[in-house]
Amino acid sequence: MTTPLLENAAAAWEPPVLEPQEAAPMLPRPYVVNRVRQETSDTFTVELQSADGAKPFRFKPGQFNMLYVLGVGEIPISICGDPSRPDTLVHTTRAVGVVTRAMRRLKPGDVLGVRGPFGSAWPIEEAAGNDVVIVAGGIGLAPLRTALYNMLHERQRYGKIVLLYGTRSPNDILYRREVEKWRSHFDLEVYVTVDRASDRWRGNVGVVTSLISRAPFDPLSTVAFICGPEVMMRFAVLELQKRGVDAQNVYLSMERNMKCAVGICGHCQFGPWFVCKDGPVYRYDVIEPFFGKREV
Amino acid sequence: MKTLERVLLDHPFTQGLASEYVQVIAGCATNVVFEAGKVIFREGEEADRFYLIRHGRVALEIHMEQGPIVIQTISENDVLGWSWLVPPYRWRFDARALEVTRALALDGTCLRKKCDDNPAMGYELLKRFTLVLEERLQATRLQLLDMYGHKERKPK
Ligand SMILES: Cc1cc2nc3c(=O)[nH]c(=O)nc-3n(C[C@H](O)[C@H](O)[C@H](O)COP(=O)(O)OP(=O)(O)OC[C@H]3O[C@@H](n4cnc5c(N)ncnc54)[C@H](O)[C@@H]3O)c2cc1C
Ligand code: FES
Repeated sequence: MTTPLLENAAAAWEPPVLEPQEAAPMLPRPYVVNRVRQETSDTFTVELQSADGAKPFRFKPGQFNMLYVLGVGEIPISICGDPSRPDTLVHTTRAVGVVTRAMRRLKPGDVLGVRGPFGSAWPIEEAAGNDVVIVAGGIGLAPLRTALYNMLHERQRYGKIVLLYGTRSPNDILYRREVEKWRSHFDLEVYVTVDRASDRWRGNVGVVTSLISRAPFDPLSTVAFICGPEVMMRFAVLELQKRGVDAQNVYLSMERNMKCAVGICGHCQFGPWFVCKDGPVYRYDVIEPFFGKREV
Repeated sequence: MKTLERVLLDHPFTQGLASEYVQVIAGCATNVVFEAGKVIFREGEEADRFYLIRHGRVALEIHMEQGPIVIQTISENDVLGWSWLVPPYRWRFDARALEVTRALALDGTCLRKKCDDNPAMGYELLKRFTLVLEERLQATRLQLLDMYGHKERKPK
C-alpha cells in the first residue's frame, strides 16, 4: 500500500492566506480590470490589479476568490494565474448565468470587488518526489493551471508530470496556445481529448477518463489532482484506482454554491464540511462516503 | 523478426490467455500497416475482421448532413471492431487511420469457426470482448452526457 500523503482532510486544509485583508474577510477590496482575454466562445480571462495599493496578493494553487460585480452579485472563482506574479490577479470564468455574464462585459478600467483568497490548496509540497497526474475537464483546467505553474517552477522536485485534459470540442480547449507549448516540453506529458470533433481534428476523441489507462505514470508513486464536472471526477477516480493509485493519493476540487466563503452561512455544505473553508480541495478517501451521493 | 505469436502476446488483449489459444488465434492473424488518411473500413461493408492496434491512431467516423463527425479515436493497445462477432456482420462506422497505424488483423470468419470448434476458447475471447464493450459503453455514456455543457436546472 502507498503511504497517505496527509493524515486527513483537516490536515490537507491549510488556513487560507487571508492577506491582504485578513482583518476583514467579508469586505471586498477594489481591483481594477487590466485586461480581458476571450479564451473560447463562452470563457474569458480577466487580469486584475489592486486599486487601493494593497500588498501583493499571496495565494496557493487551488484557492479561490469571491468576485463581486458591482450591483450584480458575488461568486466564487478560482485563482488561476502564476503565483510568482502576485501583482496580477488572474481569473478564468465561463459565462453561465447572471453574474458570470455581467463579468464577461467588463472592460479594462472597470472595477471589481475581491475577497480572498479562501479555501484549501492542491498539496504540491507533499506531492514532491512522486509522479503527478493532473486530470482536468473543461473549465477545471483553470484551478489546476496554478498548480502546474508551481510544479514547473520547481520541475526537478517531481517525477513525471502528466496532464490529461478533456473538453467538449477542439474550439473549447482552454489556454490553447499554452497547452500547445506545454506539449512541446520534453519533461511534461500532455494528452488532450475532446468529446466530439469534425474530421479536421487529428487528436484524440473520447472522454478524458479513457486517457488514464494509457498515461505514463507509476501508480504506486503517483499523486493525482482532479478538477472538472463531478461525474467526470467520479469516473476519473475509478480509472485511477483501476491503475492502482491509492485513494489516499487522489485529490479533487469540489464545487458548491457559496455566499459568505468563511464558513458561517452554511450555503456550501457538503457532508459534514463547508466547501469554502474545508475545501474546495479534498483528499478522496476522506470524502468518499459523501462523494457522488445525491445532495448531502 | 518477431513471430506473429510473439506480437500477439505483446498486446494487452491477449494478456493471461493460454498459450495454446494464442497459437490458434495467431493462425488467423496478419500483420498490417495503414498510412495516414487510409480508410480501414466503411460503414455497411462486410465486417470480416477485427484489429489489435499496436501503434498509431484510428478515427471512428459517422457521416452526417454537415460532414463526417469523429465519434471516437482508438490507439495503441486498443481493439478496433466487434461487428465481426454479431450478425449481420456489417461495419456500423467508417474507420480511418489518422497517422501511420500498425495492427494485427484477425480474420473473423476463421476465428468464429475456431471458436465454434473450441467453445472454451470462444468463451475466453467473448469475455475479453465484453470487457472492451463495457469500457466503450461507459465512455460513450459519458460522452452523451455532454458534461462540459451548461448545468440546466432540473425541470419542475
Ligand atoms: C470554489 C469554486 C471555484 C470556482 N471556480 C470557477 C472558475 O475558476 N471559473 C468558473 O467559470 N467557475 C468557477 N466556479 C463556478 C462559479 O462560481 C459559477 O459558475 C458561478 O457562481 C455562476 O454564477 P452565475 O450568477 O453566473 O450563474 P447563476 O445565475 O447562478 O446560474 C445560471 C445557470 O448556470 C448554471 N450554472 C451555475 N453554475 C454553473 C457551473 N459551475 N457550471 C455550469 N453551469 C452552471 C445554473 O444551473 C443555472 O442554470 C467555481 C465555484 C466554486 C465553488
Ligand atoms: S459559503 Fe458560507 S459557509 Fe461556505
